[in-house]
Amino acid sequence: MSTKCFSKEEWVGVLEGLKEAYRVFVPVKEGDFHNFRPLENGTRPNFDFQNTRLSAKSLIYPQSERMFEYTVDNQDPEAHKVRETERDYAPQVVVGIRPCDASAFKLVQKNFDNPEYRDPWWVRRYESTTFVGLGCNDPCVTCFCASAGSGPFDPKGLDVLLHDIGEAYVAKALTDKGEALLGKASGGRDASDEEIKKAEGLTRQVAGKITARISTDKLKEKKVTELYAAPFWEEVGFSCINCGTCTYLCPTCWCFDIQDEVQRLEKVGDRMRNWDSCMFPLFTLHTSGHNPRAKKFERVRQRFMHKLKYYVDKYGDGIQCVGCGRCVQFCPVNIDIREVAEKMNAFSSGS
Amino acid sequence: MENPYLPYPVRIDGIVTETEDRNLKTFKFVFLNPEDEEKFAYTPGQFAELSIAGQGEIPIGIASSPSEKGFVAFTVNKMGRVTTRLHNMKEGDVMGIRGPLGNWYPWEAMEGKNVVIIGGGFAFTTLRSSIIYMLQPENRPKFKDITVVYGARSPGMLLYKDELMAWEKRDDIHMHITVDGTDDPDWKYNVGFVPTITEQKITSAENGIAIVCGPPIMIRFTQPVLEKLGFPPENIILSLENRMKCGIGMCGRCNIGEKFVCKDGPVFSLAQLKELPPDY
Amino acid sequence: MIEYTEKIRETAKKLLEDGTVDVFIGYKKGTVPMMNEPVLVSDPAQVDVLYWDSNCGLNLCNYLTGRTDKIGILATGCNSRNIVTHVVENQIKREQLHIVGVPCTGMINHRAVKRAVKYREITEVTEDTEGRFTVKGPGYEESFDKASFLQLNCATCTHRNPVEYDELVAEKVPEQEGVQAFHDVEKIEGMDPEKKWGFFTRMIDPCIRCYACRNACPLCYCPTCFVDESNPQWVGKSVDPTDTMTFHFLRAFHCAGRCTDCGACERVCPVGISVRQFTKKLNKDALELFSWEAGLSLDKRPPLDVYRVDDYNKFIR
Repeated sequence: MSTKCFSKEEWVGVLEGLKEAYRVFVPVKEGDFHNFRPLENGTRPNFDFQNTRLSAKSLIYPQSERMFEYTVDNQDPEAHKVRETERDYAPQVVVGIRPCDASAFKLVQKNFDNPEYRDPWWVRRYESTTFVGLGCNDPCVTCFCASAGSGPFDPKGLDVLLHDIGEAYVAKALTDKGEALLGKASGGRDASDEEIKKAEGLTRQVAGKITARISTDKLKEKKVTELYAAPFWEEVGFSCINCGTCTYLCPTCWCFDIQDEVQRLEKVGDRMRNWDSCMFPLFTLHTSGHNPRAKKFERVRQRFMHKLKYYVDKYGDGIQCVGCGRCVQFCPVNIDIREVAEKMNAFSSGS
Repeated sequence: MENPYLPYPVRIDGIVTETEDRNLKTFKFVFLNPEDEEKFAYTPGQFAELSIAGQGEIPIGIASSPSEKGFVAFTVNKMGRVTTRLHNMKEGDVMGIRGPLGNWYPWEAMEGKNVVIIGGGFAFTTLRSSIIYMLQPENRPKFKDITVVYGARSPGMLLYKDELMAWEKRDDIHMHITVDGTDDPDWKYNVGFVPTITEQKITSAENGIAIVCGPPIMIRFTQPVLEKLGFPPENIILSLENRMKCGIGMCGRCNIGEKFVCKDGPVFSLAQLKELPPDY
Repeated sequence: MIEYTEKIRETAKKLLEDGTVDVFIGYKKGTVPMMNEPVLVSDPAQVDVLYWDSNCGLNLCNYLTGRTDKIGILATGCNSRNIVTHVVENQIKREQLHIVGVPCTGMINHRAVKRAVKYREITEVTEDTEGRFTVKGPGYEESFDKASFLQLNCATCTHRNPVEYDELVAEKVPEQEGVQAFHDVEKIEGMDPEKKWGFFTRMIDPCIRCYACRNACPLCYCPTCFVDESNPQWVGKSVDPTDTMTFHFLRAFHCAGRCTDCGACERVCPVGISVRQFTKKLNKDALELFSWEAGLSLDKRPPLDVYRVDDYNKFIR
């Protein structure tokens, strides 16, 4: 696999050149924070960020997506039958995604792409996307990726990994898709040994900068029914306001809702898929009025049990979290997943 | 790529009002594309998502047995937005079904055993499917005694009355029909709650496997009766209900512990449920 | 305001020990800079977890709804007005509450601080008792005057002292004078309709329908919010701009005449929307049309809640 080097001056030009083969997404500064936007005329890519406010998950899995369309006009012979819609799976590339966010897709993939069912929209868009990750030289003080199964230069989920060595980016292809992208990139040249050494040095240097951590080593051995009945959940859940901030900002949260909408006058409608959150009371409400998670702390418990225990039990791998730290930074009431994990990890039913 | 969210188009072929309060109707659906019926091959215990464009989808247990060809039947309770719309539809109307979804009753484990079926209210739908399936000539020899305890609030609230009477007359199945109460002097069958009648009529757990389907309160009082008789938790089979949307284990809504009720269930043994958090 | 912490702990301990309250609701120090977490203390031995500084910008009144026990609760000026509104609207009984009033000199605007340090990483923010705070990060340390970094609602606040309380943790502070509370609303009022529409459309464009604003607001206590109704469905659940705009405007109208401008909605928004631009106009209208400011007295009902046979507007009689 090739390793190339692109100078920072030529970098935007390189990205512009990629537009011939791909739809290019770059980080852009909007107000106080960064988000991924398509590279179009007038877009100013800005790589001076620690992480984007919203994760890149909406590039594969939009917050609101049309699943099907239908007509409810009884004069139409096709009325009341839901139909597939035109989709666009043209190749796209996400440039500047952080390794934690990219490795998050691998965790989400277990849900949307499994032996029994494959979500056609998520899978096709994921397969048509090339990820050019930007390793973190300057992780946030809240980043705990290293203890959550990822890391500032984690290659999981990436097709190309960029190391920012100051005046240039060292770009290493990690997959065939990445190799194809580097082949299509104008400019740049093969990275020199010195440049590669600088990149490797960066990886070692930054590893020591991740100080925040999450305790998960004892989660697997805990009995799920005992952890569920633990006494600390009410205390943990007291401050929660049951909004969707943590779930919507999280790159590994994937729950969704299906809603039918109808334009009454035109008699046509869409079956929409929208992001949903286990934090909302409506999430598990039965039509009869029964709600298994009627109390706030029960919903808070569900989120942490799902992320830190149920997922661990189901797949036998790590937790359903990559340590990006967004929930820690942006939870309106400062519920800290690291503290909750510590409580869960240390819990003993005898105590 | 196959799209598991796309429903098969169906036409309503028959509507029967089952209960005296008119809140429960059995709908027979015929597939608009005949080849879809084969793709929909199902096993008793499974459910399907009934899809009404512009309203939504609802997860409903399949009431017909796979031995009944040419149609699929569901008994639906009128409760909310989609069910109300469905109840207002007529024969010939078009809608969609997605499925079959979920797992089924443990038919292999049930072979060679005495089968006890306990149902309450309108949870009896998949049990109808199971009984018709078991009574098929090619299936009946696989099972030993079949005993059914089925109860509703009053005689007018029993589902499938004609079929219940017909089964009652057969000698290859023991039917114990009951109602919570009635002032009908001609009521021939039992009066009493399902757990009470279960305790009276089921005398042995020997080589037995019990399927229990009903409202949570019925299950709560029937479970100890079965446990006292000696049914081990692996042989008490329950079917859970949950709010569902995708029905294929992707939207996360019906997540209980490491399972999805729509995909790993809705049929679970009591032994399995004891290992899961009581999040239902 | 960091000097209030000790008094708060003493007060909470006393109230819990002598049984005046069953639980005490306050804040504990957050795990990230400029954040504190609401906490409920029921054991007098645990009161040392309580903490107070200029980052207590959430609205504790949120945690009162539905409780039946005796509650000790901290309340700044705006929060105390929300408690009054809660009592007037039958969400909590006054007798259940022991309000510990906190004369407030304002909360720090965390977004303005991040801008001021040019978005460099912040690892610690400490404040002193002289109205200054220090921001520390990798390789830098800068100090600022709190008065220049107040949350937007605090900068125009004219009710810093609690209006309803059972005791105070400190001497009352002087109220701000000559405040131009509705300067930004007037600017929008002056726009022509097309420009106004563009202003609001751009403002809610980042909205991700997380409902943090609604859930942080103590006024939003409806068992089923109008956006969650499905029969009939008033508002779509997708991020369609019209549906999003409908949600924000309609929510603001539900808060009309009840909002105390506590700023919690704006503070919690994860994408930094100036949520108060919706409610402030209605606060101005309530003041100008009905001479009304919410939550100042337990004896008065909000104007949109009152029917009087002798109303001076004939159309409503």
